[in-house]
Formats: sequence, C-alpha cells, structure tokens
Amino acid sequence: MSKALPANLEQIEVNLKKLTNQRTRSSLLGIAILILVFFGGTLISLEANAGSFGRGIANFFNYPRDLFVDTFEMGWKYWPRVIKYIPELIITLNIALFSTSIGFVLAVIFAIFSSRNLIRNKRVIQFTKFFMDVTRSFPTLIIAMVFLYLMGKSSLPAVIAITIHTAGALGKLFTEAIENCDGKPIEGLSSVGATWTQKIRFSVLPQVLPLFLSYGILRLEINVRESTILGFVGAGGIGEMLAALIQWNYGADVLACMFLLVGTIIALDYLSAYWRHKLIGVNQ
Amino acid sequence: MSSSLTIERDNIRKLFPDTFNQARKGRRKGQIFFFLILLYLIVGFFTLDVVNIPKKWKPQNAAMFALDTYAHKDHVTMKWENHDDIKIAFEGNYRSVYGKDNLDKSIPDWFYKKSDNVGYVVEFNNKGKAILYKDRVEIVNFPKYERDFTIKLNTNGKPYLVGSEDLVIEDLKGFRITENRVEFRPTLYERIQVYPKKVEIHRYSIGWKYFWFDFSSPLEPYSFFEALGLTFSKDRVVPEMSNLKLFLTEIKDNDAFMHGRVWWAMLETIVMAVLGTMFATVMALPLSFLAAYNVTPIKALRFTLRRLFDTLRGIDFLIWSLIFLRAFGPGPFTGIFAIGFTDTGTLGKLYSEAIENTEKKQQEGVQSTGASKFLQHRFGIIPQILPIFVSQSLYYLESNTRGAVIIGAMGAGGIGLQFLGALGTGNDFENVAYMAILVLAVVIFMDRLSAWLRRILIGSDQLIVR
Repeated sequence: MSKALPANLEQIEVNLKKLTNQRTRSSLLGIAILILVFFGGTLISLEANAGSFGRGIANFFNYPRDLFVDTFEMGWKYWPRVIKYIPELIITLNIALFSTSIGFVLAVIFAIFSSRNLIRNKRVIQFTKFFMDVTRSFPTLIIAMVFLYLMGKSSLPAVIAITIHTAGALGKLFTEAIENCDGKPIEGLSSVGATWTQKIRFSVLPQVLPLFLSYGILRLEINVRESTILGFVGAGGIGEMLAALIQWNYGADVLACMFLLVGTIIALDYLSAYWRHKLIGVNQ
Repeated sequence: MSSSLTIERDNIRKLFPDTFNQARKGRRKGQIFFFLILLYLIVGFFTLDVVNIPKKWKPQNAAMFALDTYAHKDHVTMKWENHDDIKIAFEGNYRSVYGKDNLDKSIPDWFYKKSDNVGYVVEFNNKGKAILYKDRVEIVNFPKYERDFTIKLNTNGKPYLVGSEDLVIEDLKGFRITENRVEFRPTLYERIQVYPKKVEIHRYSIGWKYFWFDFSSPLEPYSFFEALGLTFSKDRVVPEMSNLKLFLTEIKDNDAFMHGRVWWAMLETIVMAVLGTMFATVMALPLSFLAAYNVTPIKALRFTLRRLFDTLRGIDFLIWSLIFLRAFGPGPFTGIFAIGFTDTGTLGKLYSEAIENTEKKQQEGVQSTGASKFLQHRFGIIPQILPIFVSQSLYYLESNTRGAVIIGAMGAGGIGLQFLGALGTGNDFENVAYMAILVLAVVIFMDRLSAWLRRILIGSDQLIVR
C-alpha cells in the first residue's frame, strides 16, 4: 500500500500532464483557426470593399456630425419635426405587433405538432420540425422582397414575411419548452380519463404559458427591428420614410427618425425585460 | 357520494377563500388580456389591409414567377414577310440563338421541316404541334382538344382564328383574341401568339438549363459528369487551356447563373457574419468584465458601460449600417462593423450578466491561496463563464448570417444585393430561386455548424444562459 501510493500518484501526474498538453494543443489549434479565419476574412473584405479601410475610419464621424449640425441649425423648430414622424412609427409598430400575434398562434400549433410528449407519430414530428427549420432560416427580407414584387407596394409583404419567420423561430423555442415540461400533470390527467385536448389545456398549457408569453415579448422586440428594416426596402412605415429622407439628404429629419427608432427600441428593451421578469421571475 | 364531495369542496372553499378568489381573479385577467388581443387583431386586420390580400394577389404574376423559377423556355419567332427565316432563341435572348453559324449550335430536335417541305413544325412537350406555313399557323394534335385550329391573316393584315364564329365557348378555351393578336395558351407550358407582323411561340420545359455551362460554352454539349470525366482525358476540348481549367472557368463564368459572382457574394456575406461576430466577442469580453459588479467596484463606470451597451443595442444595425455605409462604402467592412457594434451591446450585456451570476466560492478559493486580483479572475471566473461566452457567441453567428444578407441588400453588397438585382430584372427568376436556396442552405449550414461546435466545445448545443 505504501509503495502503491507513490506509483499511483505518479500515474495521476502523468495523466494530468497528458491532459494539460492535450488541452493546450487543442486551445492552440482553436486560436490558430480563429487567426486564420480573421486574416482570411480581412483579406476578402479588403478585396471586396469599394472604399479603403483607412479612409473609412477617417470618414467615420463625418456623417453623424453632418446630421447633428443640420439638427442644431434648426433650433426649437426641430421638435415638431420629430412629432411629424410618429404616425410612421405607429405603422411600423403595428406591422410588428400584428405579425407577432399571428406568428405566435401559428407557432403554438406547430409546437404542439412537433413535441415528442404530445404526438406519437414520428413522421409528423420530423416534418413539422423540418418545416419550422425552413421557415426560420429564410431571412425575412427575401420573403418580403418576393412578395413585394408579386403584390406591389404595401405593408402586407412585411406582415407575411415576419409572420412566417416568427412562426418558425417561436415554434422551435415552444417545442423545447413543451418537451421540457413536467410529465406528471399529464399522467395525472390521463389517469382520470382526460382527452388529448383536455390534457393540453389543463396540464401542458399552464406550465408553458408564462414561458411562451415571455418568448413572444422578446420576439416582438426583434420584430420591431425587422419591420423597420423591411420598411427600408419598401414595406412602408418609418423605415421607408428613413430611406427616402436619406436619399433626399434631409439631415435633421434623418436624425429625427433615428431618434424615434432608437428611443422606441430602448423603451421596448426595458419594457420587455420588465414584463418577462414579471412573467417568469428571471431576466432570461 | 357526490353530495359529500360537494360539501367537502365547499368546506375547503370556506377554509381558503383567498386561494380560490385569486384563481378566479387570474382567470378574469387572462380573459381580459385575450379579449384585448382579439380586438387588436380585428383592428390590425383592417388597418394593415389584410382584407385586401385577395385583391392584391395577382395569381397570373405569381404563376409566371413560380413557373420561371423551375422551368425555362425557348422562343420561336417567324416574321410573316420572310417565312423561311425562323429564329429559335433560348429565353428569347438575342445572344443565345440556335443555328446561328458563328456559334455552331445545332437546331433542337423538336423543330423540323414538315415532310412535304412546305411548313415548319414546333413540337411541344405534350405532343401538341404548331405548324408554321407561309400564310397560316396550324395548331394540331393538342391533348384535350377535339379539333385542330388554323390562324390566318385577313385582308387588313390582322390575325384571326379561322371558323371561330362556328365554335362554342368551350372549344375556345385557351384562346385570347384581340384585334391585333390571337393567343393560344392551353397550359402554362405552351404559348402561341400571332401578330400582324410575326408569330411568336414560347415552348417551356422543366428544369434549369445551362446550369453548369452556359449557352456559348464549348463544354455545353456535355453533361456535368461527362465534362468532369473529360478533365481526366488528355485531348483538349479547346487548344488554349487544359480541360480542368476550362471546366472550372466555364462553371465560374457561366453567364446564366453566374456561379463565380454568386459564390463570391455568398463568401462576402459569410465573412461579414463571422468577422462581425468575432469583432463583437473581442470587444464585449473586456467591457463585460468592467461592467460586472463583482469585478469592478466603481459604480459610475459600471453604469456608463451598461448604458453604452443599451445604446449600442438600441441603435439597431439598420442605423449602424447606414452610418458605416457612408464611411466605408459598399463592401464587407460596413457589414462587419454594423454587426460588430450592435452585437457588442448584446453580447456585452449577456456576458456581464453571466459574470455576475458566477459562483463566488471558486474565486474565494483562489483568493485563499494569496493570488492577485487578476489571477482570481483568471482562475476563479473565466473557467466558469467560458462555456457561456462560447455558447452565446456561436448562437449569434447564425442570426448574424441572416443579418448580413439583409445588410447586403441595403447596399453593403454580398448575396443580398445580388438577390435584389436578380429580382429587379423581372425575368431571371431561376436565379432568384437559386440564390434563395443558396441562402437557405448556408443559413441552415451555419446553424448546424454552430450547434456542432457548441456540442464539441461545451458538450451541449442548447443555449446556456447561466
């Protein structure tokens, strides 16, 4: 025993050294790959970029400065301008809220059909999951552009695109929530002979609803950003106004729109954190 | 039995009145919330014009769009004044005309001279035929049509359908007759138009033709695998370069699908996403330490950094990309910095929350050995948060790929801009479909890659929050 211990310790030390070496080697490999990716990417960017990097850095503050100078020249007349763009902002918010609501409902339906603990049929689950993957992976912009082309200028393409994306993205999160929920209430309801819908209504839904709402609120925040961007390519709202103002070079108005947007997004950020905190007790 | 249960229930209710009232209150709240949402949806339905979807939806346009994404067409054009000069062009493009001497392209086999040498036959995929004569066009042998048709020019030089006054409406389905044009389109895949000056026939077939090698390529006669086989052979297809080089350049310079340009644009987009995420990670790492209360004792600094994160995140990447677009011009740098700045805010916030949520005991353990503050953080905090950092950054990689496509479309270049360009031309919908599929594939690939990396690096592909 007294002899075996040192041998064992030596063995442990050898193993430890081996592990440390292995760890160092894989860390170095990882860092090397990162550096390679970084330089490769930089080379590609330098090749593909129209303007040079140095001049870009030097010019960085020019545009924001122009905007601010324009704004200061206006003085107190500026504030009515800001208010003028609030209706546009409301259109953007409307698009986001409406498509989040519809997408939320669709996502709940998808999630029910792709949860292993609710559906027995494996084919249905696989198909729904694949379908959600596809709808989630398309950038909203691509769907919106195609529909804009087919339907003409209006807010509808943005609504359709955001709804499709929201259904996929929320559906995935909802599926995880349903699959992770406690199975005992379901068993309990089964034991008293509840039907499938009753089981969902009285055992699954109460468990997952706060989580669902929390994810939904987070999505709403993301969708406000999305609908602004889609406006920028022609779906109406403050995004479209901003694009036009930039084209006309109305510095003060551009800044007004930006202020409204940033203010809305920050407000939503705090609001959603507050609501989610109330719903599930933690920030995430 | 049931009455005793009821009594028991009433007793419980009496014992805990608050519990039951609370539940009822909660339900009432839920009902009101549900009702409000329903009300909003009705309002939204009208304010957003959802009711007008059927009116705005143009099925004709959508069908043409869908058709063109998976099919291609050949145009056959005949001028009445010169019956023998018939042009057959791929997609009606003047640069891809069959049988033009300089291109040495054989006439497709669905076009031939009639056996009695007086007319030319265009045979459609459904075995229907259009026969072009000097003075008339005959439409014969179409499935689901009992009879044949003849279209002629009248004395005023206007086209008309012979005997149309004897036909009933059912016989005329597929025809659209106006003063200057007689059009026959039985299905989407066949279209015959007769004008006073010319006859134009569109013949659709399914598939992406010239996907690998374009119309004028020397490799066009070969299929992809035949051409691949040729690269191993010594006999050169063209004398100037080896077969392998020819194979690669012909695919790259394909002017129908523009593989070279599209893939380069895709690469730009990926670079934007990857470098943008890297930039954000590198920036957020030190800042998040400074913004965590268990590392930084200075409250003012923490507060400032927190507000900085909020601002960076609040100025959405749309606005960031507008600002950077002015500075750097179109190109990946715009995308990299726009993504980087926005995500510095997001990741900084998430990281600093993760640091604040770390277990204190490990840090105390390191402290008990007399280690300096720096070493305490290095060995007490970093090992705890590293998996979270990696997981968060990789998680954002996928959504940044989608973001990079969008920034590209707003002017920064990359696949987004190419996509807008193809959509804008109004007839290259096969390219639109190609790029959409490519984007979809790349986004799904990035998603899988990030999940795979998270699995091998930290043993779980779920997003770790704390």
